[in-house]
Amino acid sequence: MPVNPELMGREFAPTEPYLVGREKVREFARAVFATSPIHFDPEAARAAGHADVVAPPTFPVVVQEHTLAQLLAEPDAGIDFSRVVHGDQRFSYSRAVVAGDELTATLAVTSVKTLGGNAMVTAESTMTDASGAHVVTAISTLVVRGDDA
Amino acid sequence: MTAASAAAAPATPDLASLAVGDVVAERTVALSRDSLVRYAGASGDFNPIHYRDDVAASVGLPGVLAHGMLTMGIAVQPVVDWVGDPARVADYQVRFTRPVVVDPADGAELSIVAKVGRLDAEAGTARIDLTVSAAGATVLGKAQVQVRLA
Repeated sequence: MPVNPELMGREFAPTEPYLVGREKVREFARAVFATSPIHFDPEAARAAGHADVVAPPTFPVVVQEHTLAQLLAEPDAGIDFSRVVHGDQRFSYSRAVVAGDELTATLAVTSVKTLGGNAMVTAESTMTDASGAHVVTAISTLVVRGDDA
Repeated sequence: MTAASAAAAPATPDLASLAVGDVVAERTVALSRDSLVRYAGASGDFNPIHYRDDVAASVGLPGVLAHGMLTMGIAVQPVVDWVGDPARVADYQVRFTRPVVVDPADGAELSIVAKVGRLDAEAGTARIDLTVSAAGATVLGKAQVQVRLA
């Protein structure tokens, strides 16, 4: 089944709020070889004007995963996960994610294109905090390889 | 590694002292299979192509691959240390152009060079362009970090 072109423009239900924990931030920071004390030490983070330890720039992918799972589970999507390759990724931040944030992500499919037998699906996960303010938008393009590719 | 290990954050670079083409940070990071397992746990991405040779081979890959998001996450770190505060990153994008094969014994080496690509004095931002390579080949395309310096 090819990727359903009618996915374009589809918006999904907001995810359950994700509570960003301090130890999770530290764990993720270690995993991406981050060294800034602002990721690890609440005092250093506060001295720099943050409420708590600051997550590395790519941390929102942890929350974004929940939205991409919604997309892949969509019954009429036609996306075969075993054929999916991550094409590109972008994060646009209104502010950095900090421990204590409760992030809710809403996914929208912004583009479905076919290119040389492959389908390219671009999905945007918009994340807001508990007050409803925008924190970061994570944009992914998934390349779904066609039968011959 | 930059000298960012003190408890206080380093000073923010001065936009006016920068020129397009300046190399602002460089780093080489050694990746091992352990790094991939650690990232799998931290990120929740347990796709077995990142830790099982048999699964990687069965889907036609040249070996176990680093998560693209791990490469992306590591590549921005020299810039984070240079600007002094991860919150100064306003936008970050990459294109995954070539996989990073991580040998079970020898691992892989990621080389990162961060160069000024564009300066906007009015907005107080700089675009830092990353060149990220492994085994002599570039692995990320259009890797750009917008940082707020004012």
